[in-house]
Amino acid sequence: MSTNKLKHPGRRLLTLLLVVVLGYVGLAIGAATGRTQMTPGLALDLEGGTQIILTPTTSDGSEITDEDLNQAIEIIRQRVDASGVSEAQISRQGGNNIVVSLPGTPSEETLDLVRNSAVLYFRPVIRILQASAATYAEAQNNYVASQATASPTAPATDAQSSTEAPEEAPAQESPEAQAVPTAPVTTEEMATSLADVNGDGTIGPDPLESTSDDHSSDAWISEQLIYDAYMTDCTSPESLTGEVQDPGAAVISCARDGSGAIYILGPADIAGTNVRSASSGLETTSQGNTINNWVVSLEFDDQGAQQFADVSERLIAYRDSAATATDATSVNSQKAQFAIVLDGLTIMASGFNPDVVTAITDGRVQISGRFTQAQANTLANQLSFGSLPLSFTVQSEQRISATLGTEQLRNGLIAGLIGFALIVVYLGWQYRGLGIVAVASLLVAAAGTYLVIALLSWSMGYRLSLAGVAGLIIAIGITMDSFIVYFERVRDEVRNGRTLVAAVDEGWRHARRTIIVSDSVNLLAAVVLYFLAVGGVQGFAFTLGVTTVVDLAVIILFTHPMLVWILRFRFFGEGHRLSGLDPEHLGARSRAAYRGGLLAGSAAATGSLARRRAAARRAQERADDTSPTDEDTESKESTDSHSGKEDEQA
Amino acid sequence: MKSLAQLGNELYSGKTSFPFIGRRRLWYAIAGAVMTASIVLIATVGLTPGIDFRGGSEVTVTSLANPAVGPANRVLAEEGLASGASVTTMGSSSVRVQTNELSNDELNTLSAALTDAYGVTEADVSATTIGPTWSADVTSKGVRGLVIFFVLVGALIWGYFRTWKMAVAALLALSHDILITVGVYAASGFEVTPATIIGVLTILGYSLYDTVVVFDKVRENTDGFETQTRSTYGELANLAVNQSLVRSINTSVVGVLPVASLLVVGAFILGAGTLRDIALTLFIGMIAGTVSSLFLATPILVDLRGREKAVKEQADRVAQARDQRLAQAGDDPEALAAIAATPVAAPVIPGHHLGFSAQPKRKRKRP
Repeated sequence: MSTNKLKHPGRRLLTLLLVVVLGYVGLAIGAATGRTQMTPGLALDLEGGTQIILTPTTSDGSEITDEDLNQAIEIIRQRVDASGVSEAQISRQGGNNIVVSLPGTPSEETLDLVRNSAVLYFRPVIRILQASAATYAEAQNNYVASQATASPTAPATDAQSSTEAPEEAPAQESPEAQAVPTAPVTTEEMATSLADVNGDGTIGPDPLESTSDDHSSDAWISEQLIYDAYMTDCTSPESLTGEVQDPGAAVISCARDGSGAIYILGPADIAGTNVRSASSGLETTSQGNTINNWVVSLEFDDQGAQQFADVSERLIAYRDSAATATDATSVNSQKAQFAIVLDGLTIMASGFNPDVVTAITDGRVQISGRFTQAQANTLANQLSFGSLPLSFTVQSEQRISATLGTEQLRNGLIAGLIGFALIVVYLGWQYRGLGIVAVASLLVAAAGTYLVIALLSWSMGYRLSLAGVAGLIIAIGITMDSFIVYFERVRDEVRNGRTLVAAVDEGWRHARRTIIVSDSVNLLAAVVLYFLAVGGVQGFAFTLGVTTVVDLAVIILFTHPMLVWILRFRFFGEGHRLSGLDPEHLGARSRAAYRGGLLAGSAAATGSLARRRAAARRAQERADDTSPTDEDTESKESTDSHSGKEDEQA
Repeated sequence: MKSLAQLGNELYSGKTSFPFIGRRRLWYAIAGAVMTASIVLIATVGLTPGIDFRGGSEVTVTSLANPAVGPANRVLAEEGLASGASVTTMGSSSVRVQTNELSNDELNTLSAALTDAYGVTEADVSATTIGPTWSADVTSKGVRGLVIFFVLVGALIWGYFRTWKMAVAALLALSHDILITVGVYAASGFEVTPATIIGVLTILGYSLYDTVVVFDKVRENTDGFETQTRSTYGELANLAVNQSLVRSINTSVVGVLPVASLLVVGAFILGAGTLRDIALTLFIGMIAGTVSSLFLATPILVDLRGREKAVKEQADRVAQARDQRLAQAGDDPEALAAIAATPVAAPVIPGHHLGFSAQPKRKRKRP
């Protein structure tokens, strides 16, 4: 009748117990060493935070590809990470939306970083400042301090000569020489002296004298701008977060790599949207050989190519004039450079190689430097992102205060506890002693689910949301259902006339099928929801899936062994009135299912006409004769093997 | 009163039997009427789209000792945003203000004004703006998820039970559940939020779970039904539904209890929110799911299979065998009564050797 009987239920129970305990020990170790916490991470709706949903739109109506979105996410992630926000979640949601979730209350600057689309511009360099005024001032003061009596002019001129245009240098030397004496130089004084182009001692807002009629002209900048540039500390993290800059005006831009270089750049010559493609690769020589030198190849669209032709002609002219100039530090050598600016930060600035002698008109540019492969890739990505004709509109910006989530969580948990208590009462009424098995199973399932979620929160960064909590509460009922299916099957088997031990075994074989297939349906629902649904639905689907799997594990590894095991106790095995396994409760056809081998009680319920007549006849015979009747031997035969075992165990 | 366990025993043996299959036209009519009412409600009254679906701005003020709508209404009037705005209290300490879509500046101004009006700190005020196209995405995703789910789960049921008719019957019952749930939403006027969508999608799994359990019993009972002439396919299926009735009742009570407690806590203590919305949809959907797997899924299955040649022929053979038995009994009142008392379908009890009592009897000569 039963082929794969559970031999050692206690051993299986212990195994499960061990697994759960080990899991918790692992979690505790993780928590103790500060790698995780005992409680699962909470999602934004419970912890509080800001969620921004961005929808990209194309300016030219072209299709948005997956690659575009992934690049956009990559850029946003870089920006948010650079701003120092930890545990920000940036993901795709729905069709084309990008969801940026920032825990806590992010600053307005951080939010702007996310909201603003990445903008790439190519700008001409007007000035390059190697360091801020603060650095110069500090260097000079140190020098003065160390050589209190030495000539004070030296450090200033040294520093200045490398950055300031030589034609301005003589005019500046005198005020600086006077400014040096004994008192330490403040940053403001240093910046003033460095930026004071016309030498009148004050910083004026008027444009400098025009040097040309293109975007490289000094006329775009002013003393004030130079002063501001010197006052900018490009080594500090705050100035490296990027910002949106007016493409039509000269701007101050920091080097993105944090080297501290400050660029004063002219208005944008070419916008990033004019880049058709950018890719990284090994340099190919004119003979077609590949040499081990990483370069980034850039291709402009027609408009970009046109603009780049003008720009390249201009920059080559600056380069040549710088080369012929007697002074190596000519401002023209700076102006010969072209800066790639992403989000207001200069990714790189470079001039043309000496072998480029004519303007580049085909719109194809190869950027070389001493790139590693990774650097080349990054630059190519950055350039391609700037080339995306994508801009973002904020679909929703949600600031969720933690208090709202906490109140909901607390009340949700209260609701869960009330629901749990009601279930316990109902099960006690319906299944009596078996209710204990069900509730114990549920507790094990709860412990298991909590463990799985805490571990997933550790390993995968899963965070529990309010929808997830609702999922867990609802799962109480769904998990219970598999116990009920099992218990009802056991009842059915007893009604069929099996002994209790055999019924548990046989009922399990049937129930297992049903439970596995119906759990598969649930799991399928969870998986479909997880992969196809949006936002909160995902958190819910995830908990639903986890609880379904845990439910399966618990009923196989706990509930079934437990039921087999408790039959060894007299209370259950003999069908005590309160055990939920009593014959009246189960509708047993024969008391033989229990000890004592009493007469069958309810055979009449399904007995056929012939059988009833036979029974009546036997009753008559029994009255005449006290010898054992047919029915007694029959029922003993059919149940012998099982009741025998039961006897041993009881 | 009979206990559920005793009722279960009688249902199991076939001694008591509810005509789930026999009265199926009645159940179809009731389900049809309720579904029609749902469709009419959805078409006329319509669903109330939540802020996520129509777009708009929402400011929530929390940590209030005594939430009142007065200050918020005053602020809205002062800001000139009163038209199309609604103010509701949520739970015991929150006030929610919903308006038409505002610009970022307007929203910040409103948040600040509400912060002042309620005398709370900035951290207790949360502001949301949801664009109207957001909902289109949610809806299309939901619909796509639904279609894919139907296809996959149909294939799963088909593969397990080896008959597409069970898949069709289960999915028809499921459609009924979803329609009813949406209909109740239209009738109650509750706002449809993403949480509602979550609830509706969860019903999918739950309702099918229930149907699959009942079908598993049907499959077992009707296994090899054509080899016997005691009961027809429909009668065996009816027995299966009866036999799983107690389980269905217990399951739905146990399933609905936590949902009901979530609903009570959600609706009466917390007010509108994720918990209440999920709980309401599930509450309706779970009950509808249980009812439909008993009253709709199996009857539909029997109707579908009733067209099969094998099922029809077997039904004829059963009718013949019964006539024969009646004819055999002749006018013996005892025999006729015994035939009448025998359930049309009862479980075949394994493991009993019936001895000579099961052997054909020689007709006893009447005195």
